Amino acid sequence: MGSTTEQTNSTSSASGFGGMQARSAEALNTTARISVRNLDFFYGANKALKGINLDLPDRQVTGMIGPSGCGKSTLLRVLNRMYSLYPGQRAQGEVLMDGRNMIDDSVDLNELRSKIGMVFQKPTPFPMTIYDNIAFGIKLHEKLPKSEMDDRVEWALTRAAIWGEVKDRLNASAMGLSGGQQQRLCIARSIAVRPEVMLFDEPTSALDPISTLKIEELIDELKRDFTICIVTHNMQQAARCADQVAFFYLGELVEVAPAAQLFTAPREKRTQEYITGRFG
Amino acid sequence: MSTTTMSPLLKARNESAARSLGRRRKMVDSTIKWLCLIATVAGLFFLASIMGTLLWRGLESLSLNTLIAEFKPTSYGEDTSAPGGLRHAIIGSLIQTAIGTVIGTPIGLLVGTYLAEYARGSAFGNAVRFVSDVLLSAPSILIGLFIYQLVVLPMGGFSGIAGALALAIIVIPVVVRTTEDMLQLIPNTLREAVIGLGAPKWKMITLVCYKAAASGILTGILLAVARIAGETAPLLLTSFGNNVTSLDLSSAMASLPIAIYQQANSGFPDLIQIAWSGALIVTLGVLAINIIARFVIRGRH
Repeated sequence: MGSTTEQTNSTSSASGFGGMQARSAEALNTTARISVRNLDFFYGANKALKGINLDLPDRQVTGMIGPSGCGKSTLLRVLNRMYSLYPGQRAQGEVLMDGRNMIDDSVDLNELRSKIGMVFQKPTPFPMTIYDNIAFGIKLHEKLPKSEMDDRVEWALTRAAIWGEVKDRLNASAMGLSGGQQQRLCIARSIAVRPEVMLFDEPTSALDPISTLKIEELIDELKRDFTICIVTHNMQQAARCADQVAFFYLGELVEVAPAAQLFTAPREKRTQEYITGRFG
Repeated sequence: MSTTTMSPLLKARNESAARSLGRRRKMVDSTIKWLCLIATVAGLFFLASIMGTLLWRGLESLSLNTLIAEFKPTSYGEDTSAPGGLRHAIIGSLIQTAIGTVIGTPIGLLVGTYLAEYARGSAFGNAVRFVSDVLLSAPSILIGLFIYQLVVLPMGGFSGIAGALALAIIVIPVVVRTTEDMLQLIPNTLREAVIGLGAPKWKMITLVCYKAAASGILTGILLAVARIAGETAPLLLTSFGNNVTSLDLSSAMASLPIAIYQQANSGFPDLIQIAWSGALIVTLGVLAINIIARFVIRGRH
């Protein structure tokens, strides 16, 4: 029951943006997996998001950019209801997924979060073995016999492109992995639950360039099966990874467009000023 | 750029100023270093003096007999009769410390968890934290008085269980504080990562947060054990002390600190010697607990 987006088609000249290869927008899927409608968000009395309308197309990567404090991470934390952990934070409006408003109080948060996985800025390995890190999320939602569990763990680690590096030390502590490996482990841990949507909150800002490249390749590969939303401060990253890019400023969604269009022919003046580095 | 345009005079003055500043910094640096060193040596001297005296006086009369023999009134002057021991006190101390820890630890752990995970910033949480901190620094004789009123008087007499309860009350605030502190050291992103997988909060706390904070919490518990193993005041008014080995929790029970207190006060040289041995046993016991704690913690990492 997804509504359709009203995206304008991109200009056919999807030429590079500052040497970057921005994605051609022709392939944009127009079925929305999640639709945000008239969403307001409050930290206490402070309104952090103002009337957001945004569709996350099914099995596409949506990049969210904007200066610090613009609300992009806040929106991410609304999508999996992370804000519900904190009293004083509340959302108004609609986040539609499968025809249901996910910010309604009646939603089972644990079930919601099993459908919408999240990867954070800093790697967050749990203080247990590599195997147990992956099995932890699975055990929350399914009761699998040992052999199936082993298969699922291997599948998740393989999908996260880290199986080869850890297959000989599954029973070693996850804390001993490098930062980039830990981040891929966290991605594996999220996809092991088999969510439909994956949220990435600046997943590479604590990583070196090689690890960053691996994560970006991984995101590209994961979008075959998952709807992905990535918050990033790095516009090149948004251009490389995202099919559609949304620019936020001061709690408002200024512009959302296919990546190629947003970076080459933005409609809004503020978008153009931001992507050309005039502020932010 | 500045060095090339600087006049020679200005440069010379700057150099001498820099040199005197450097000298002053060096002097302050070495003064602080020496103050720290002197304080460390002074502290170590007293510690070594206490440990040395304890070892010397304690080992003099410490024997297998001290550990397994019952209490005996003084045999001073009659060299033929065997000296008494501390079996009653060792067994009493083990029982009361164990029960006190077993009762106090879960309560302290849950209160600390409540403060760190559920009551952050709430008025009730702040009140609980304040009360717990007051209890942490309350004179332990007060806790003895409290249990005396609450348990000893209604039961009609001193008892081992009253002593264990008094010790449990001392354990609680120690465990509350370390549990809360250790849980608060866990970054919020780790909590969010667990919640983000669809885990309910209680699983986040028990399966991940406790694991991340385990070594710190365990250290806190062992510190609490070490503390109550040496407590005297609260036991005076609760389990009172006993000169025979007793496993009966409803009657007066001996303990090492009280046996030390009574025998050191007796005025008989042979009993005073046994008191020194008792002090050595308590100290070695606490030392052993600390060493075990370190091994447990190292084994985890």
